Amino acid sequence: MNTPWKPAEQPSSFTFDADSEREIEEVLTKYPVARKASAVMPLLYIAQRQMGRQTGSAWIPLVAMDDIAARLDIAAIRVYEVASFYTMFNTQPIGRYHLQVCTTTPCWLRGSDDVTSACKKATGISTFGETSQDGLFTLTQVECLGACSNAPILQVDDDFYEDMDGPRTEALIAALRVGQYPKPGPSIDRAGSAPEGGRKTLLETTAPAPSGAE
Amino acid sequence: MLHDKDRIFTNLYGQQDWRLAGARQRGDWDNTAAILAKGRDAILAEMKASGLRGRGGAGFPTGLKWSFMPKQSDGRPHYLVINGDESEPGTCKDREVIRHEPHKLIESALIASFAMGAHAAYIYIRGEFCREAEHLQYAVNEAYEAGLLGKNAAGTGWDFDFYIHRGAGAYICGEETALLESLEGKKGQPRMKPPFPAGVGLYGCPTTVNNVESIAVASTILRRGGAWFAGLGRPNNAGTKLMAISGHVNTPCVFEEELGVPLKDIIEKHGGGVRGGWDNLLAVIPGGCSVPVLPKSVCETVLMDYDSLRAERSGLGTACMIVMDKSTDIIEAIARFSRFFKHESCGQCTPCREGTGWMMRMMDRMVQGRAELEEIDLLEQVTRQVEGHTICALGDAAAWPIQGLIRHFRPEMEARIQHYKAALSAKSVVQVPVQGVPVAAE
Amino acid sequence: MVRVIVDGTPVDVPPGSSALQACEAAGKEIPRFCYHERLSVAGNCRMCLVQVVRAPKPVASCGFPVSDGMEILTDTEVVRRARRAVMEFLLINHPLDCPICDQGGECDLQDQAYGYGTGISRYQEAKRAVTDKDLGPLVKTVMTRCIQCTRCVRFTTEVAGTPELGLVSRGENAEITTYVEKALTSELSGNLIDICPVGALTAKPSAFHARAWEYKKTDAIDVMDALGTNIQIQARGGEVMRIVPRVNDEVNEEWLSDKGRFSVDGLKRRRLDRPWVRVHGKLHKASWQEAFVSLARRLEGVSGERIGAIAGDLCDAESLCALKDLMAELGSSNIDCRQDGAWYDTTNRAGYLFNSDIAGLDDADALLLIGTNPRHEAPVLNARIRKQYLHNGRGAFPVASIGNIPVDLTYPVEVLGDGPTALADLLAGKHAFAEVLKNAKRPMIILGHGALTRPDAQAIYEAAKALALQVGAITQGWNGLNVLHTAASRVAGLDLGFVPGPRGLASTNMLRGGVEVLWLLGADDFALDKIGPDTFVVYQGHHGDAAAKRADIILPGAAYTEKAGTYVNTAGRVQRAFRAVFPPGEAREDWRIIRAFSDVVGHALPYNSQEGVWARMASINPVFGAGYEGENTSPQLAAPETAQGEWGNKLGSTPLKPVIADYYQTNPISRASPTMAECSRVYSPVRAAVAAE
Repeated sequence: MNTPWKPAEQPSSFTFDADSEREIEEVLTKYPVARKASAVMPLLYIAQRQMGRQTGSAWIPLVAMDDIAARLDIAAIRVYEVASFYTMFNTQPIGRYHLQVCTTTPCWLRGSDDVTSACKKATGISTFGETSQDGLFTLTQVECLGACSNAPILQVDDDFYEDMDGPRTEALIAALRVGQYPKPGPSIDRAGSAPEGGRKTLLETTAPAPSGAE
Repeated sequence: MLHDKDRIFTNLYGQQDWRLAGARQRGDWDNTAAILAKGRDAILAEMKASGLRGRGGAGFPTGLKWSFMPKQSDGRPHYLVINGDESEPGTCKDREVIRHEPHKLIESALIASFAMGAHAAYIYIRGEFCREAEHLQYAVNEAYEAGLLGKNAAGTGWDFDFYIHRGAGAYICGEETALLESLEGKKGQPRMKPPFPAGVGLYGCPTTVNNVESIAVASTILRRGGAWFAGLGRPNNAGTKLMAISGHVNTPCVFEEELGVPLKDIIEKHGGGVRGGWDNLLAVIPGGCSVPVLPKSVCETVLMDYDSLRAERSGLGTACMIVMDKSTDIIEAIARFSRFFKHESCGQCTPCREGTGWMMRMMDRMVQGRAELEEIDLLEQVTRQVEGHTICALGDAAAWPIQGLIRHFRPEMEARIQHYKAALSAKSVVQVPVQGVPVAAE
Repeated sequence: MVRVIVDGTPVDVPPGSSALQACEAAGKEIPRFCYHERLSVAGNCRMCLVQVVRAPKPVASCGFPVSDGMEILTDTEVVRRARRAVMEFLLINHPLDCPICDQGGECDLQDQAYGYGTGISRYQEAKRAVTDKDLGPLVKTVMTRCIQCTRCVRFTTEVAGTPELGLVSRGENAEITTYVEKALTSELSGNLIDICPVGALTAKPSAFHARAWEYKKTDAIDVMDALGTNIQIQARGGEVMRIVPRVNDEVNEEWLSDKGRFSVDGLKRRRLDRPWVRVHGKLHKASWQEAFVSLARRLEGVSGERIGAIAGDLCDAESLCALKDLMAELGSSNIDCRQDGAWYDTTNRAGYLFNSDIAGLDDADALLLIGTNPRHEAPVLNARIRKQYLHNGRGAFPVASIGNIPVDLTYPVEVLGDGPTALADLLAGKHAFAEVLKNAKRPMIILGHGALTRPDAQAIYEAAKALALQVGAITQGWNGLNVLHTAASRVAGLDLGFVPGPRGLASTNMLRGGVEVLWLLGADDFALDKIGPDTFVVYQGHHGDAAAKRADIILPGAAYTEKAGTYVNTAGRVQRAFRAVFPPGEAREDWRIIRAFSDVVGHALPYNSQEGVWARMASINPVFGAGYEGENTSPQLAAPETAQGEWGNKLGSTPLKPVIADYYQTNPISRASPTMAECSRVYSPVRAAVAAE
């Protein structure tokens, strides 16, 4: 996506597209009809993803929140509250790629500071929360991502890049810059959360090969 | 140490197929109807006999918790809610269950729901686990197609629906009532208890909230028997447990281990030893950041289970340990936790909303040494003022790491302050007393 | 009852009570910020922590249910330490600006800090600052002072029914806001100022005008609508500074409408502070003596039936009584308190009252509105309807309306039709709502002035009465046929018989030359241009509003804050107000003006004191007797006679129209108020938008 990044501006209208409508329909089947307010978080996600698809910046404009409130029969302020409470909802436009560096202790112990500085160096961003000049990257400091055995983690949009260090972070960003999307997961020789260099347990199991395991 | 034959999560690393076909080969969905045929009371009895304690951190007996659900419905539906909001720093075990053993989880959810009279289960997965949720959704779809979910699920005669609800970045939603609020489409702000979820939970209906792991082990326990599970570990600390090691070890990883194994052995075996050798160990936080830190002296002998760690004024928590070697700035390590709690406080009740920020700011100064010696006591008092005064346990969790730090590493904190003062006076800078002049009540 | 032991003292409280209520029952004061009797329990301030024996931690008493034998300790070291801790946390980020804070002196935080705060702050870090929000012309915000108790959020969501405030973001950054900058659209927004325990929400119009301890406080009755809201007038140095509600569960609970609260600045503007006499077409200043003499001269030789009097909406019962007596002395029975030309069944007091009483709403289980918009005609009553809607749960308090209502009433309303024919349909059982009313145990019908000011008012009333009888709304112990008045003086006027005598003229007939001398007692809200060109107009009132311009003699009266007066609310409750300040300039209390003039004209009225007037009022109607004061006197059991006749054919077909076009501009005081004018300006586009939907 080559949309040049523009500063925050609320669009005057927002309409869910056909893909989103399909998703909404599916989401609403999960909750009792009288409790459809439960769908507020899924719907915010759907709106955010649609903005990402359409504009290259995955965020939720006010008009989309108003639409969601009307659909779910709740006051608009309740949707604003939810959108502002959860950190994964972007209420301001962001860059094409959302770089989220975990800096909580387990990641910090294993070098998240290096990942952070590599991100800053590769994107030209000076502080957390900023978007790079070209609008491609927004750098966010996040708290524990829940993959501490694979620390440090750099989350790009919805994918975890694990066991990162400075050079590998720079390489990742360089790849993203040219439109490649490297395979997420550990960036060193290990399978999932198994110890580096091979499993130490579950050696007796000789079941089928990991056909589809990622 | 646990043998492979006693492991429950045999596809922990995703070395095999996580989909339905692979799961069936590992024994999941093997005549589930027979388990349900034993009846509700037998299942509850078996779960109680297994001695399983909640795997989310609090360690409440799971079988007992299930039995709190009303035996007869008063017309309101019952719900099982699975807590997959794994957000405790250091903790990364449920992620492996969700992405590599989804069918074990779904099958166990069916059994658990039957045992508590629920026809629907919701799993609340933290928002960042997007790919993991996709795996689970794939598995759910497979299960529906195979008749394992829905009407007469898996031929058991029990109707059962399983829904996935994703969070969106809020640690507090790991607290069970906050999770329910979030699931109802509100901000994740904990409710006051009583009433407890077993009486008034999701949508005002009787609800049990269980950790992913607590649920996921149920099918294996019921297949192999409560006695088998109770035979592992130590009395009152039965069974196997998913654990993780992160931080300064040679091979950080997730693994399944028996409770009651020495902490040191675990670090040596699974973690490949402390970076730079055991003598380079500084401290271990044994179960996610909410439990107090253990200095090396304690780590030499302590066993990894609920009661042993409690005796050391710490806790098993999620059994996902964070190891720190001697290169660690322990004050900063804890200060980062303080920042974490300040970031994750929901802002609902006063002591936590205001206290976490205060503690974080003081800790930040402690890291630099830009403080007075007496302020260590003030910091300690602030943690005591937060502790026990909040709606949920986040306030306690924010207080305990700092209390552990002060308990075990006070000399380091004092040295930092002295050092800072010395550096300042060397530069002959006039220092403004931090204590300041007393002002009128604010 | 559940027996609870509070600090060693056993108390019995109803099951389901909270520990806090038990403590209060035992006479223990529990500090609190977020807890409010009329709002849901949030439990977030943690100030009300108490110790419960055998509980591991202190518990928030506001949300902790009592159980039999529970032992509560409210004054132990644990409790004191906990409360001091909470107080310290509340204060660390609270600004030290009490000297310039309007809440100072009546601030819960300030008060509690005396008990649980320390003299010094241990907080060395930078304090938090929060951006102020624009909530419209009435509520001023200083959000840095906010302690996030969420009372305001719960009030707007629960009581006002306009969920526009929320607590957004989280942790330290949590703040109260509308998120999108917009004015609150409630007619009850002023109550936010009362419920805010700190100085975060204060009154915008009176910002920085006075301190709480400087006020002289006087109990009075609100006249901006006919609800009879109990108010306290707070004055300083002869000037009314503000008006706040008093608690009266039978009337207004503890709420006050925005018009009642914020019209005060209208009391200082456009006031008539001296008599005026028109000479050669121009009004000239005059003394009382001159004014009285010229009026007496004008009356010379005018026969009684050529004199008339119309009373306005804000009058006290005393002045109505005096004017009625004067008119009788002058030989006139042309008196009318219905400037809007409304029709009432005056054969029985129950014919024009809100018979089920305001508190009766708490028992009602179905409601039919006919030609009324309670949100504008009586906002506090509307909140009570909403309360019952919330209390009964979704669907269990069906509300329907005959006549379109251009605003959201804050609860769902089924519109059965826009004209009275829908009433005929209901009577004929052609509409499903007839069944709803029939099945209800305590159905309620509210008849508004949108219906009673029409030519077919009598038919509508009788049809409504027939419906009430048909659906069992009038039974032993329950009279569900209610008239909602909009004028504070109306019921007193009807009770005193301030209506045309047997051969007297009604207000409309006094116009167009129907009388030669027309005495307007604060009557401004009728078609003044219909007054005949040769009619001599006496205007007695307090504001230089529409009618004063037409007057030939102006007698400056007192506004409701400036006189002791008796008011009867729409439910027939006789209530007394006291004088807070003196009228401006030469203006005088109205009944005294009439009494003084009666001397000049040679028909001295037989009373000379307030007690004398009261005795006279009681002799006209015993409801004004001492025994009745403050009590609801509506005869609950007096069933109207069964309606007879062909009322169905008499029902008109034109749509029922709301009587209030602009909530903020309904009487001389609110029209003189800059604050109300500003509200009117801000909210009229909002209303237009809502109406367009």
